[in-house]
Amino acid sequence: MTVKLVDIASIIRSKNAGPYELTLDIIFKDREWYEKIKKAKAINRSLICGLYNIPEEDILNIIEFDPAGAVKITIRRPLVSGDIGETDVYGAQQHAPLLALKFEL
Amino acid sequence: MKEIKVLSPTAILGYGFPVASFKAGLERRPDVIAVDAGSTDPGPYYLGAGVSFTDRRAVYRDLSLMLKAGRELKIPVIIGSAGGSGAEPHLQWNLDIIQEIAARENLSFRLAVIHGEIDKNIVLKAFAEGQIIRLPPGAPLTIEDISGSTHIVGQMGVEPFIHALEAGADVVLAGRSYDPAVFAALPVMRGFAPGLALHMGKILECAAIAAIPGSGSDCMMGYLRKDHFLLEPLNPARKCTVTSVAAHTLYEKSNPYILPGPGSIIDLTAARFDQYNETMVKVSGSRLSPCPFYAIKLEGAKRVGYRTISVAGARDPVFISRVDEIIAGVKSRVEDNFSDIPAADYTLLFHIYGKDGVMADLEPQKKITSHELGIIIEAVATSQELANTICSFARSTMLHYGYSGRVSTAGNLAFLYSPSDLKAGEVYRFSIHHLIKVSDPCALFPMEIIKIGEGQG
Repeated sequence: MTVKLVDIASIIRSKNAGPYELTLDIIFKDREWYEKIKKAKAINRSLICGLYNIPEEDILNIIEFDPAGAVKITIRRPLVSGDIGETDVYGAQQHAPLLALKFEL
Repeated sequence: MKEIKVLSPTAILGYGFPVASFKAGLERRPDVIAVDAGSTDPGPYYLGAGVSFTDRRAVYRDLSLMLKAGRELKIPVIIGSAGGSGAEPHLQWNLDIIQEIAARENLSFRLAVIHGEIDKNIVLKAFAEGQIIRLPPGAPLTIEDISGSTHIVGQMGVEPFIHALEAGADVVLAGRSYDPAVFAALPVMRGFAPGLALHMGKILECAAIAAIPGSGSDCMMGYLRKDHFLLEPLNPARKCTVTSVAAHTLYEKSNPYILPGPGSIIDLTAARFDQYNETMVKVSGSRLSPCPFYAIKLEGAKRVGYRTISVAGARDPVFISRVDEIIAGVKSRVEDNFSDIPAADYTLLFHIYGKDGVMADLEPQKKITSHELGIIIEAVATSQELANTICSFARSTMLHYGYSGRVSTAGNLAFLYSPSDLKAGEVYRFSIHHLIKVSDPCALFPMEIIKIGEGQG
């Protein structure tokens, strides 16, 4: 079946993790969906590379965090927070592409 | 001692808290009131310029309540990362507020001031001796980064705070600090497990953000015991749930299992989150792993120029469809008109809201679907005058630019203000985000004791 991420996640957000990194958190509504996504490795490097159009080496981490039923993706910031030309000092509005994700589970 | 209670009134000193929540906290007889005042999130300007990102009156309000409560209950009040960035001007700014509160409220106490600004020569010497460690993906450090920084700070651990408390401080005001240190210092000093104390501090530093509904301007209490800690929001409208606390563990971190800090790593691989009662969560299993060496995180910022911006909008559909071509045309007109100015002396940027103003290169949607665009013309240059010149010329050129297919020949931009151009002043960038190895956790952070209000109260 096809599921939309927005239907199975309660929190989808982005934020700085220090001035050089951007971290994306997806916290699932319940354990069942989290386990399904985790088992299917549905959130993976190639998905994020494609979504943000970034090379694989810019993905620093994808971590499944069982205590919160969450998947965390950390990427290298294209520009350091506050650098000339940088557009989101807190990194708080870089999550939107995740909202369109759909999975075959 | 079986339990130690740590009251965290607010996520950032100056973000505020309801008095009712704070009173509820005081009724529970805390052993210490602690607050983290800092963050690098607001960007490099505040550290570089030596300015607080919080407002003086808001900080005065929060601190006034905290200092009075501390004196009433005879418990320490601990403030870390003074003035937001924790360099010397931020510390002095906060010290001035404390002195004003003490004078007005007739308070007397022993104040420990711990400095967090690190002398450039110390960093240069450590760099020459190979004692500086790069933190990827940050770039390797250079001598220019060190000598060009206007302020360099180090994130102190619990040790300087313990040193101050042992010296009999009633109030501790510290420069840049590792966020959990202000909450963990007294518990560690009294012999509680440092892994649990620091993990509790990691959550308390954001006050009620870890509750549901979350808030950065409401109080949270931590109860640290032998082998676990409890978290309790002090506003009855909020509760801590396993999910809200575990979710907060993810916040602003790249790896939620391994949290490196000064001298040690908080290891959460065996951490457990359990619902304790309806509003409280119990956390256990958080451990501390030692590091092979003790290192302090350094932060520095340096000035890279001066900024002028112009804010405008566009509603014409032909202009919107040609916006990339128009920007390229305006840039080339500016370069041509000021061909005597070296290209390295200025940067001209166009931020197009409604296109990719928020996400820039990360924006996956390339097609403009909006009927209007917000345009920020930005010039950053080696002087304010040059930034003004470039921004002004780019603005007038864009206003009257004759693009192909143009129908509206009177002007391309709707300006929001008169004057249309705003001087934004100095521009800084983060120049240092590296570790420095130290042999003594207190060596970089000199402390002095000031007797406040002696003989008055």
